[in-house]
Formats: sequence, structure tokens, C-alpha cells
Amino acid sequence: MVKKRVIPCLDVAGGRVVKGVNFERLREMGQPVELARRYSELGADELVFLDITATLEGRGPILDVIGRAADELTIPFTAGGGVTGVDDARDLLLAGADKVAINRAAFDDPGILTSLAAEFGSQAVVCAIDARAGEVVTHAGRRPRDRAAVEWAREAVERGAGEILLTSIDADGTRAGYDLELTRSVAAAVEVPVIASGGAGEARHMAEAFEVGAEAALIASIVHERPERLPELKAELEEAGWPMRR
Amino acid sequence: MSDTVCRLSHGAGVRVAIADYGAGNLRSLSSALVRAGADPVVTVDPAVVRDAPLALIAGVGHVESAALGLARHGLDDALRDRVAAERPVGGICVGLQLLFGPSEEGGTGLALLAGPVRRLRARRVPHIGWNTIAATRASALLDGVAGVDVYFAHSFAAEPDDPEVVTATTDHEGQIVAAVEHGPLAGVQFHPERSAAAGACVLENLLRWSRSA
Repeated sequence: MVKKRVIPCLDVAGGRVVKGVNFERLREMGQPVELARRYSELGADELVFLDITATLEGRGPILDVIGRAADELTIPFTAGGGVTGVDDARDLLLAGADKVAINRAAFDDPGILTSLAAEFGSQAVVCAIDARAGEVVTHAGRRPRDRAAVEWAREAVERGAGEILLTSIDADGTRAGYDLELTRSVAAAVEVPVIASGGAGEARHMAEAFEVGAEAALIASIVHERPERLPELKAELEEAGWPMRR
Repeated sequence: MSDTVCRLSHGAGVRVAIADYGAGNLRSLSSALVRAGADPVVTVDPAVVRDAPLALIAGVGHVESAALGLARHGLDDALRDRVAAERPVGGICVGLQLLFGPSEEGGTGLALLAGPVRRLRARRVPHIGWNTIAATRASALLDGVAGVDVYFAHSFAAEPDDPEVVTATTDHEGQIVAAVEHGPLAGVQFHPERSAAAGACVLENLLRWSRSA
């Protein structure tokens, strides 16, 4: 049986890893490739790099970070942030990302998902969805789009997405647990794996996300502060009855 | 995490031609082969693919687009020539599928092994994540890694006509072919370049196998 995954997420701004609360008040947490290597050594199942400033500031994707990560890491990783279309996404995949995450560009033009799936296969195409109170928001949480996240997830998968990275902006950075209602409804609506994101504070929260159907749990602030927390979390999940990779 | 340890000695200097069909993420595999001590080159040159001590088909995407990409540069014939001469060819992920025949997603592989490529039948497709490989028989590639977890990311899988070519399966609501070996052909459905220590071990084994195949 495929194991549930624990995925540290590195939000990158200006070449540094940062973390905020509710997508604001960013703090610096270190160098992306260094931190990635550390998480890999500590047993991360996968990693996500998100260039969180790229779309807002119109910068291109962080190809240099991705290329070095591809050379140095021995676990899979997803790259996203600043992806405006097929060309951006292709650049990230060719630079060495195993998967590419697309958020607003896919919402604005869902055909991007189809084009990428045709070229790289669905397994390389992650649709990132940010939600507030169950509704899609884009532009780093600043723009409500008047559409239920579960509906958009369903369409994204029909269009070619092979995975949904589902972030609750209400829960993000609070460490009070994932938005389980949102996670449950999206995981039930689609056949592809759903990665729960936003709100992880302890292993119990991740177990709750797995119970409602998430295949993977994204974590950030709890491990950025103390990376050694990662193997502890995995051991706690194992004890709670969720076998981890071995 | 795996406790698997392979000694990085067998790969020393082996020239590996990675067939470039245009849609692969080949940088990670190249880097992993370098770590295993090999000398990889990503190429569209059929002569290089034909003559290297080991040729690999790797990357992501669809059987159809990959097969077209190989044919565009004459790499399909180069690979067939190798197999006719009993020279080793390895397939990784869609590369394993390309060793087989018609795919349900369209197109057909090189048909070097008999059997179709079919879409997975499971609640969650794609099959993405770490899953345990169970050996079905002795295998050069999986020496030392049977029973450990490796990383899969795919929606389709080969269904060989001859079960004897299968060396390992994995369970995703049913058995999926995880690895095959037959004469000069070897393939893995998972990503050794993304499977931590166990994956490094498989690449090391692959290089060693290529010297004896």
C-alpha cells in the first residue's frame, strides 16, 4: 500500500525560505537548498518549493534553486510559484522538478493543465488551490474568486491535474490543525491524491487529515523552526497507525 | 527510511547513454548516475545510443509522445539494434512502459517485450508516493532492496504477457508491475533517482548488471 506522505514546504522569497501567518508577516528561515537537503536527510517523503513572491512581482520561476535541488536531492520535489503558463512550467520540469504546481494561471486558463498533462503526464501536474471559507482565492490570498474550491478541484482534475495541493488560508500558520471539512470534501470529489496544507501544528493534525482522505500532509513552520521535529512527527504518525515509508 | 547501503564501486566510469526524446526530466537521473560513479550523457544521437555500454530510456510523459520522440531521431532503431545484439537497455518509469506494446493512453512502445500498458484501476490515480516492492523472483537490479519502499509516480503500468519477466510488484489496490528483467532488458516503474538510499542501490545494481548482461 502506498504510504501517506509528509511534505515539508519551503516558501521561497528572494532566494530565502520564509514563513508567515495567514500569508502575511513573513520571517526568514534559511537557504532553500540547504534546508531541503537537511529535510531529505531527516526522512522527508517529498518537498515543495513555492516561490511565493513570483506571481505578485512578475519574476520568473526560481530555476537556479530548482536545478541545484535536482542535482543534490534524492527524494522527489514539486516546484511552483510564478508559473504563468506552459512555458514556465516546462522550464521548471526541465530544470529538474519532478512536479510543477500551478495556482492562479490554471484558474485563469484551465487549458494549461491539459497542455501540461499531454506533454508530461498528469503525475507531473499539481493544481494548487488556496481557499478561504471553502472558496477559491488567488493572488496570495488577496483576491476572492467566487467559486467553491471543491468545484474547481473537480474541474482541474478533469482538465489534467494529477494531484491537488489544497491550502486553507484560514488555517495557514495557525498550527491549530488542517481545515478538515475542506480537505474531506475535495478528497471525496476527486480521484487524484490530495495534499492537505495549512495549519499543521502536531502529528495528530496530520493523522486527522489522512483520516478524511488526504494522501499527504504539508508542513512548514513546525519543522522550519526545528528540523529534528520531522522524524519525531513521522514516528508519532507510525505509532498512531499510519505506516511511514521504510 | 531505508537502511540499505550499497557500495559505490561498481559504477566506476560506465558510459551511459540516456535517450533524449524531448519531454523527460533527465537531469535528476543524470545526477544520480554521476553519484553512482557512472558517466552519463543525455543524447539524441542514435550512434551514441547504439554504442554506449548501457542505454537508458527514462523520464516522464506518455508512451505515445515518448515513442514519437524516440522515432524522430532514429533512437527507436538504435535501441532495437542494441537488443538484437544482446546489449543492455534499461527503462525507468515511462521507459519501462516503452519496452512493451500498445498503451491504453494511445500509441505503442517498442514492443521489445510482449504485453500492453494499461491505466491503473484504483481509487487514487495517479499512484504517487512511496510503496513497498515485493520480489517475485531473483533479480540483479533489486538485489538488496526487496521489501523496501521506493517512489512511484504514474497512472499507467505494463502488463506483461509472460509473468516470468516480472521481478517485483507493488500493491496499489492490486498488484502492479514494479520491475522487469529479461535478457538484455531491464526496467523499473519507480524512480530510483528519487528513491533515496534504496534508489541509489538500484542504480548501482543497474550499472553492475549492464557489465554482465
